[in-house]
Parts: sequence; structure tokens; C-alpha cells
Amino acid sequence: MQTLTLSHFLILGAILFAISIVGLFLNRKNLLVLLMTIELMLLAVNMNFVAFSHYLNDLSGQIFVFFILTVAAAESAIGLAILIVLFRNLKSIHVDDLDELKG
Amino acid sequence: MFDNFVVPNLQPAAPEIFLVVMASAILLIDLFIKDSRRTVTFALSVLTLLGCAVIQFLTWTPDITYTFSNMFVDDQMADVLKLFLYLAVVMVLFYSRAYVVDRSEMNKGEYYVLTLFATLGMMVMISANNFVTVYIGIELLSLSLYAMVAMNRASLAASEAAMKYFVLGALASGLLLYGMSMIYGATGSLEITAIAEVLRNGGANGNLLIFGLIFLIAGMAFKLGVVPFHMWIPDVYHGAPTSVTLLIGSAPKLAAFAIVMRLLVSGLFPLAAEWQNMLIIMAVLSMAIGNLAAIAQTNIKRMLAYSAISHMGFMLLGIVSGVVGSVDPVTGDIIRDARFALNAYSSAMFYVVSYVLMSLGTFGMILLMSRSGFEADTLDDFKGLNQRSPWFAAIMMMLMFSMAGIPFFIGFFAKFTVLMAVIAAGYIWFAIVAVLFSLIGAFYYLRVVKLMYFDAPQDETPIAADADMRLLISANGIAVALFGLFPQVIMTLCAFSLLRSLTP
Repeated sequence: MQTLTLSHFLILGAILFAISIVGLFLNRKNLLVLLMTIELMLLAVNMNFVAFSHYLNDLSGQIFVFFILTVAAAESAIGLAILIVLFRNLKSIHVDDLDELKG
Repeated sequence: MFDNFVVPNLQPAAPEIFLVVMASAILLIDLFIKDSRRTVTFALSVLTLLGCAVIQFLTWTPDITYTFSNMFVDDQMADVLKLFLYLAVVMVLFYSRAYVVDRSEMNKGEYYVLTLFATLGMMVMISANNFVTVYIGIELLSLSLYAMVAMNRASLAASEAAMKYFVLGALASGLLLYGMSMIYGATGSLEITAIAEVLRNGGANGNLLIFGLIFLIAGMAFKLGVVPFHMWIPDVYHGAPTSVTLLIGSAPKLAAFAIVMRLLVSGLFPLAAEWQNMLIIMAVLSMAIGNLAAIAQTNIKRMLAYSAISHMGFMLLGIVSGVVGSVDPVTGDIIRDARFALNAYSSAMFYVVSYVLMSLGTFGMILLMSRSGFEADTLDDFKGLNQRSPWFAAIMMMLMFSMAGIPFFIGFFAKFTVLMAVIAAGYIWFAIVAVLFSLIGAFYYLRVVKLMYFDAPQDETPIAADADMRLLISANGIAVALFGLFPQVIMTLCAFSLLRSLTP
């Protein structure tokens, strides 16, 4: 019977982070998925902070997580607002349709 | 429960506190102001920034003060950068006023309030001494800018630029945070000065630290806009309303320089050999791709975006020349030469300050030539400017010469001091590469001059601008020339402030 160690948490954090990065670059369909991958990325970071904080016996990492959660909420609010503005102009939320600016 | 609570020393953060109170007040006052009388909001915003500058002077102390449990630091570097920041934002507000008034979508109180909050974010970044403060500052700046880019709601280009800026900016924050979490794990602290202390005593987990450093640098490179993390810069500069491009392209560079100094130089200085190697690659690639891609552009905002990438690469050259990578054979420590590092970092600071001055002037010229329903954002719009207005053509020529690094303008001395630092550090090859790419870069700056003086104008509309705009942009152009004759003024200020901030 193995117990959970710091590396388990770090590997889980790294997997979540990798999924979000891959999702960001492979996703060609839907802008909403991009917002989700950004959330996932921040949650992976939170996982890391909480794990380190617990194993270092230092509270400041967990306090940082509260800040990240709050900012993440504000960030999705702005992201969704921009998405609505974009949809009104573009009538689509496909990533491939974002091709006005090139060069 | 509150027995241990001590009221923090608020004096070092007085300008920030004043700004946040005033920005909130302006947000409320603006509710009662009609669109036609938006000048009141504008005047209040300018007065707020001037008030911040006055408070900065009044609360000035010669030593380094920490407050809010060491989360916030007030040193000479912060003071000098913040004063330049106020100046830059005031100029942004003046330059963009006519542009904003002409466009009803943007002529809202939010425009000014968001500018103030972005300024607050930059001030927090400049004074940050903890990962939390760095992050909060960056997000306060970025979130305000995302909203400002999307402000012209009817424009497809602007909303697309905002979306791209948002996604890539959020990715950058994620990378930065991931790096911070690793460094936190390796050192057990979020406080930048404490991290430096742990690293000096050798009490950190090496692998975690390097892993974190890579992500931290990637995140910072995104914010600076250097290759290979530069993709957002051209699209955002191009798509955003020109007044917002002016803001994005000027003041945040000061703040980005400050976080590089705080995180890498104050915090991770013992790892200088590692981060310098990464930054060298980014610097050379930025100069190459920035200067080569700028040649192919027909839109002047896009051209200046690539020019910004190359300028940031050049600035990084100053930062990488701080420590020569010699390792003490006995202890394994990196031998540090403080005099050497100071010279390199102050050259980078001088470079960034002079770049901000030039960038303000150039985007200001685009705003000057724009009018209601017309954006002067293609190179063709600058054709024959000399026939339409010889004075403004001369100002633009000075700015372009300065950007290209032609003596004797401020841009020349900025490049010169950085190159001196690079050569002093022994990187002769990088100096040669930098000069070669600057030479390539001179082509597209001089092309603008050629268009202004030797081509026939496409439209003969005389340039109409308010007196304050004409005066300020003339002053900006003259400053570029004048500080080229007396570069020591700014150079000494930068060197002095860093001397007083970096010595432990």
C-alpha cells in the first residue's frame, strides 16, 4: 500500500497542465474550449501550490491560490464578454474564422 | 484574534493608494457626466496622474523601504520608473483625446478609468517584491488592456485582436504561475528577496528550480513580446484602436522591464548563468524576426509592432550582459562583478525609457493624422507628409531616425550604451549581430522618411489637431533630438537609481 507523496501531486499537476496546453494548441473548433483550457491550466497551477504548501508546512502557497481563483473568475468574465463582442461581429466562434489579422 | 495585527506602513504605497481612490471616484463622478462633457473625466484623470507624481516626490526617501509584510518595495528604481510611467500615461491621454472624442463607441468614462487601473497595475508590478504582487499587478494591467482593446465594439478587427490578446495573455499568466509554483516549491517562499536569500545559501532543490525558471521566463517573454512568444504583438497592435495601441506599446514596457529586474535580478540572480543563456537566444531571434518581418508590412501599426519586438530583443541584450559566466573552481559559485552588472542593467533601463519616448511619439503621429472615420494606419497615408505639413514631417523623421539608431538622436545612444555593455561582457559576436540587424531595421524606418519626403500625397486634407496635441507631439520630437545631444541626463538617472536599488 503506497501513500500519496508530493510527486504524485506534482505529476497530476503536470498532466493537467500538459492537457490544457495541448488543448489550447490543437483545438481548432470552438473558442469556448479555449476558455476551458485556460481554467484547467490555472487549476493545475493551484494543485501545485496547494501540494507544495502542504508539504512545506507554509501557508502562503494556499493564500496565493485564493488570489489565483479570484483573478481567474475575473478573467473568465472578461473572456466571455470579449467572446460575445466577437460573436456579434463574426457570427461564429470557430477558431479558424479568426483570420482578419494576418501578416 | 487581531492581537498581532499591525497597521502597515502606508507611506511607500501612497501614490498607489491615491490612484485607486481617485480611479474609483472618477468612475462614480463619470456617471453624472454627459458624453459631450467627457473632458471633465479626461482632466480629472490627468490631474490624478500629476497628483501621483507629486506624492511620489513628497514621499521620496533615499533608502529601500519594504511594507505590507515585505510584499511591496519602494526603492529608487521604482521611483524613477513610476515617474516615467506617469509621464507616459499623461502623454497617452493627451494624444488619444481627439481620437477618442471622434469615436462615440470609445468616448466613455470607462476608457479613462481603465487607463488608470492599467497604470495602477503597472505601478504594482514595478514595486512588487512577492510573487503574489507580481501576479496581481500583471493581471490588473492585462485585464484592463483586454477590455480596452475590445472597446470599439463594432470593429471586427478590434474584437478579434482582443480575443487573441486574451487567450495568449491568459496562457502567459498560466506559464508564469506554473513557474512560480515550481520556484515556490524549490525555495519554500513566495517573497522575492527571501528567495534570493535561500538561493545564496544554496538551500534550494536544483531541478525544480531550473524547471520553474524555464516556465517563468516563458511567461515573462510573453509579456515582453520577444520571439518565440511574440505572436500576439502584431495582431494586437494592428487590430486595437490606435489610442489603445499607443498605450500597449509604450508604458507597459517600463513595467515589463521592472518585473524582469525584480524576478530575475533581485530574485534569481544566483541563477544568472542559466537565465542569461535563455534570454540570449530570445534576444537574437527577436532582433532577427522583428526586423525582417517589419520590412514586409504595409500597415504602419503592424510594422511598429515588429519593430517593438526587435527593440525588446535589443533591450534584453543589455540584461544578459550583467554577469559573465565564470564559475569559481573552489566553491562552484558564479563570480559576480557588481560594477559590471550595474552598467549592463542601467543600459537596459536607459534603452527601455528611450524606446518608450520614441514609441509614444510615433504612435502619437498616427493619432495626429487620424480623424473622424479615417485611420492613418497604412504606410501610404504617410506619403507626401512634407507637402501637407513640413513641421510634422520633420518630427516624424526625427522619430524614425531615432528608432533606426542614427546619430545623434536618443535611440542611437540607447543602442550605443547597450552595445558597450555587451562588448564589456565579452559578447563581441552578439554586438556584431545586433548591429547587422539594426542596419536591416534602418531600411524600413528610412522607407517611411522616403515616403514622406519624395512621394506625392494621396490625400491633401490639411492636418487638423488641437493646440495641446501639436505642442505635446512637437515637444516629444524635440525631446528625442535634445536627449540625443544630452543623453547623460537620463543615463545618469537610470544608473543612479539602479545603484541605490541593487546594492544589498
